[in-house]
Amino acid sequence: MREFTYVRAAGVGQAVAAVSADPGADYLAGGTTQLDLMKDGVLEPDRLVDITRLPLRGVRLDGGTLRVGALTTMEELAADPVVAARAPFVREALLLGASVQLRNMATIGGNLLQRTRCRYFRDPSVPACNKRRRGTGCAALTGAARMHAVLGASEHCIASHASDLAVPLVALDAVVRVEGPEGERTVPLTGFYRLPGSTPDVEHVLGHGELITAVDVPLPPEGTRSGYLKVRDRASYEFALASAGVSLLLDGGVIREARVALGGVGTVPWRAREAEEVLRGAPAGPAAFREAAEAAVRDPFTVPGTAFKVELAKRTLTRALRTVAGVAS
Amino acid sequence: MTTLTVNGRDYPLDLDDARLTLLDALRDRLGLTGTKKGCDQGACGACTVIADGRRILSCLTLAAQCDGRAITTIEGLGSGDRLHPVQEAFVRHDAFQCGYCTSGQIMSAVCLLAEGRAGSDADIREFMSGNLCRCGAYPNIVAAIREVARDA
Repeated sequence: MREFTYVRAAGVGQAVAAVSADPGADYLAGGTTQLDLMKDGVLEPDRLVDITRLPLRGVRLDGGTLRVGALTTMEELAADPVVAARAPFVREALLLGASVQLRNMATIGGNLLQRTRCRYFRDPSVPACNKRRRGTGCAALTGAARMHAVLGASEHCIASHASDLAVPLVALDAVVRVEGPEGERTVPLTGFYRLPGSTPDVEHVLGHGELITAVDVPLPPEGTRSGYLKVRDRASYEFALASAGVSLLLDGGVIREARVALGGVGTVPWRAREAEEVLRGAPAGPAAFREAAEAAVRDPFTVPGTAFKVELAKRTLTRALRTVAGVAS
Repeated sequence: MTTLTVNGRDYPLDLDDARLTLLDALRDRLGLTGTKKGCDQGACGACTVIADGRRILSCLTLAAQCDGRAITTIEGLGSGDRLHPVQEAFVRHDAFQCGYCTSGQIMSAVCLLAEGRAGSDADIREFMSGNLCRCGAYPNIVAAIREVARDA
């Protein structure tokens, strides 16, 4: 790991000023991605500004919106009774991610900003990675691509976004609250991430020095059911090959409202609005579910290693819809 | 300089290098080598310690972040010559082979029990999944934890 200096921020404004003023500075929160990638030599900041003791921790219900402080840990949010009661798929996504130890460290803000698990991105001895260095190529296209994306991918990058939590959060239209050198702003999570295109090194809309202070989660109407299904190579403590976050509001056997997002298969947490349109107003059953799955995974970009994920994603979503709707297979 | 509070005792610590992890501080500066370094990247759980009552990975925690926090390591579990009940159960059930992951397994199991997540074998397996055992002692680890949970 390259040497760096450590400073502890005394306040949000001071932290933002310190990082904004220094192109070589990064924030340090839970550290579970940051320090890991620094040990790998992928990230090499000159200075870490530790924000872990800033007052950005805790969950508060404000009307129909849950305001989650950016430094709330994954375990803390998973234990929140409002999350469990009103948006169970958020809790499920949290508890299916990482391990208890990592969830006690990792923060909600950091979770949204976690970096891809692409093995070529994480290995600086591999020269070809457009995400690490624009214009160098993509080793995953011809390499071992199993954990990679089929939606939103391009010939420049097929790295997937690894967050489970972000899947239900994009489905719920969560809003990211950001503090920056110019003051506060809000960004809808569905517009927060950028598709790789020809600039995979640009992953989100935040500028250097901007700090996530909270995430606002609009709670779905009472009576909404939800679920998160994660398919992976190991039964626990593993990233998704494919996952689906689904919420449904049913009226008799008819779907009144549907929210659908996919994980493990997208370069960004993948909101599937086309699937939602198919489901809205349709009778809850296998025909609508399969049609929705077809709509969700349209125009995939595949390489030999990821071709299986197209059908896997469809089946994952179909099964999640069946489970949430309570419809027998 | 900073102070680490480990197993109820204050240790002065020279933070000459910001890269110093809690794990390396425990092992190389404080001489508390019960905490093990496995992958050193947050993947194996061998370095699990308890900070302010919660299990964390000491390899992905900077020592500089730890002043004022109460750290407990495997050396702080028992009292005098008496082992902690989870340590006793691991011995009784032969819940290890090479032993390298064991201190992390035990620290994690102590927290698992405190978290109330040892209700079934499936729960024990799920909530211990951050601790890998390359010898494959899992059945006996689960048996040891199950016994402590039952006797609690």
